[in-house]
Amino acid sequence: MNRLLKNKECNSLLGGLSADYRFFAPVRRAGRGRLSDTDLITYDQISSVEEIVWDEKTLRSAKEIMFPITETLMRFDQKTISQPSVVDNRGIVIFCRSCDIHAVSRLDKIFLDNGTSPDPYYERLREKIHFVLMECADPFKSCFCVSMKTNIPEKFIAAVREVDGGLKVLSQRRTLVDKLSTIGSECEFELHYPKQNGTEVFPPQTLDMPSELYDHEMWDEYSGRCIACGRCNTSCPTCSCFSVHDVMYDKDSGQAGERRRVWAGCHIDGFTDMAGGMEFRKSSGARMRFKTFHKIYDYRKRFGENMCVGCGRCDDICPEYISFSNCINKVSEQPGTQGESL
Amino acid sequence: MIRDINRKKVTKNAWRLTSSRNKTCLRIRVPGGHLDARHLDLMKHIAQQFGNGTVHLTTRQGFEIPGIDFNAMAQINELISEYIKETEQKIGVQIPTPREGYPSAGTRNISACIGNRVCPFANYDTTSMALEIEKTVYPNDFHVKLALTGCPNDCIKAHMQDIGIIGQALPELESQACIGCEACVKNCRKKVTNALTVVDHKVERDNRRCIGCGECVLVCPTQAWSRNPVKYFRLVIMGRTGKKNPRLAAPFAEWLTQDEVIAILKNLYPYIDRHIDRSLVKEHVGYIADRTGYKELRNWLLKGIKLNPRARIAKTMQWSGYEYGYDTDRWDCSQTIAESTGE
Ligand code: SF4
Ligand code: SF4
Ligand code: SF4
Ligand code: SF4
Ligand code: SF4
Repeated sequence: MNRLLKNKECNSLLGGLSADYRFFAPVRRAGRGRLSDTDLITYDQISSVEEIVWDEKTLRSAKEIMFPITETLMRFDQKTISQPSVVDNRGIVIFCRSCDIHAVSRLDKIFLDNGTSPDPYYERLREKIHFVLMECADPFKSCFCVSMKTNIPEKFIAAVREVDGGLKVLSQRRTLVDKLSTIGSECEFELHYPKQNGTEVFPPQTLDMPSELYDHEMWDEYSGRCIACGRCNTSCPTCSCFSVHDVMYDKDSGQAGERRRVWAGCHIDGFTDMAGGMEFRKSSGARMRFKTFHKIYDYRKRFGENMCVGCGRCDDICPEYISFSNCINKVSEQPGTQGESL
Repeated sequence: MIRDINRKKVTKNAWRLTSSRNKTCLRIRVPGGHLDARHLDLMKHIAQQFGNGTVHLTTRQGFEIPGIDFNAMAQINELISEYIKETEQKIGVQIPTPREGYPSAGTRNISACIGNRVCPFANYDTTSMALEIEKTVYPNDFHVKLALTGCPNDCIKAHMQDIGIIGQALPELESQACIGCEACVKNCRKKVTNALTVVDHKVERDNRRCIGCGECVLVCPTQAWSRNPVKYFRLVIMGRTGKKNPRLAAPFAEWLTQDEVIAILKNLYPYIDRHIDRSLVKEHVGYIADRTGYKELRNWLLKGIKLNPRARIAKTMQWSGYEYGYDTDRWDCSQTIAESTGE
């Protein structure tokens, strides 16, 4: 069903559903950008569709909604251990783009299918989540979703297109269709998706990484350029690493505290530190190599698709202008990376 | 050739006496140091048609066009009237007759570092604020030097001004977004004042040490730090060069809002008017302050201003600087240097 809803109609729909759902979308936090007089575009809860930002990419992805940057895993004192429950039990509807929905399916693999049992903290949030697709009529310059095959949207309960003063909504969901049929008006809405991007990438095709690539000199250049700031990790919708800390509420008595997990990343100092001061991947080039192989080889070998979804955030954010998309292409120029197709 | 020139009138009109008795030099203001490039045609035209074909860029970011005949002044004042309308009248500066050139030259061009129009370190748009200040303080015959800089790097050398304005950011932490990577901690320790530590894998700030440079916001990978949208300013005062007692400006106030800064600048002028030594051709405000003492200056500067709760004002003032003196004991002559280096 295709409907044209005025903003007001959208908002009363959101309002009516708010007892059972929270809505998240890219929003603008004025003046909160990295540079002065710039805004931060980030996912946050919305109560009206006018808050949705359409023309700029978010700095961080939607993953923090199901994989919070800081998450308390348990609280303990001398006698008891308790697992904090989810504070808000409502369902979660996220307005986001095709690549970001695909990125969540990558996270699903890691958190739900990778180990012996699903990660319970991720699972309990993930279960609540539904996606509303924001149509990409005009992809951003750094996107390469077409190359990563994430341009064709999946797993959304509805798709929306921004029009003057409202939204066009498309849905096949029975419950939604029933609701939608009573508001707005009938309209034409054929969903578009990008068939070409400003950035084109040729991911490797072979299943196994040629072993010469491991010692290739291309990584040395990154040692000289990458400053290990970690922005490419924290902005990536598919990076899923975290570290776990225990924090005591009263340091002197040490009797009660909590265990937290917090985002970490392969480029960030301290990520591979071990007790005794050993560090596995000291040079930035080695860290870049690790990330690259993980995003376009190792994950694919295990799950059959590339981990990187081509959102382009790491290219947008790197203060040293290191382009991951170009790095993929450099890998693909090496012998033994092409041929045998996926 | 008869040369009968009203010297005072000429210099007040922003024309200069020069090393050549027959020639003058035009001074052009560029408030905030940023200019629409089309105006460069005018500078070129005047230099080539009336001057010696050269243009000098001043430390205060204006132009000086030398080698002009005194009798061309009226014609050139006419020529630059459009420029004065565009760069002064348009931003709200009160100049009733732009066809007669600049009405005064005492308060110098408001200079500014490039600010956030270009520089990532900047905590505000220095040029826009310079325009606000221009319209508050100009035209005025009192000799006052003001400059704005985007961050404590102080590329414009605000510390060499009567009042230097330094942008401050108030970074605020979204604690749950902090991953404890310590990037901000290490950076503040190495480059700034060591105001940050990590406690229980989250960053904490010692507010007494933070100077509001905004570096932590720049380096945080998750944007856990972001600036409070209110812009704050530190003022350093009474810096100077000169032939008597050169010195760096010293901190007078911090965490002021833009309105408070402008109000303080407005208050500077009645203070000068009240205390200036009129027996001198001009007395520089820093020397007035030396005579009246800091307390008196401070009282005038803050008159009628209700400060925001975050603002801090210096209780006492200690300027560094040195006197040119006759303490010949301080100096080695070339012979003693040669002896001590064994040459
Ligand atoms: S590696 Fe870069 S382009 Fe790929 S998903 Fe992560 S942030 Fe997006
Ligand atoms: S964003 Fe760039 S400099 Fe920072 S860790 Fe990633 S590749 Fe290195
Ligand atoms: S003072 Fe700061 S803002 Fe201004 S140019 Fe220098 S570094 Fe940039
Ligand atoms: S604003 Fe500057 S001084 Fe203050 S905490 Fe941040 S880096 Fe340190
Ligand atoms: S840079 Fe950001 S994430 Fe890292 S410790 Fe500082 S506030 Fe936390």
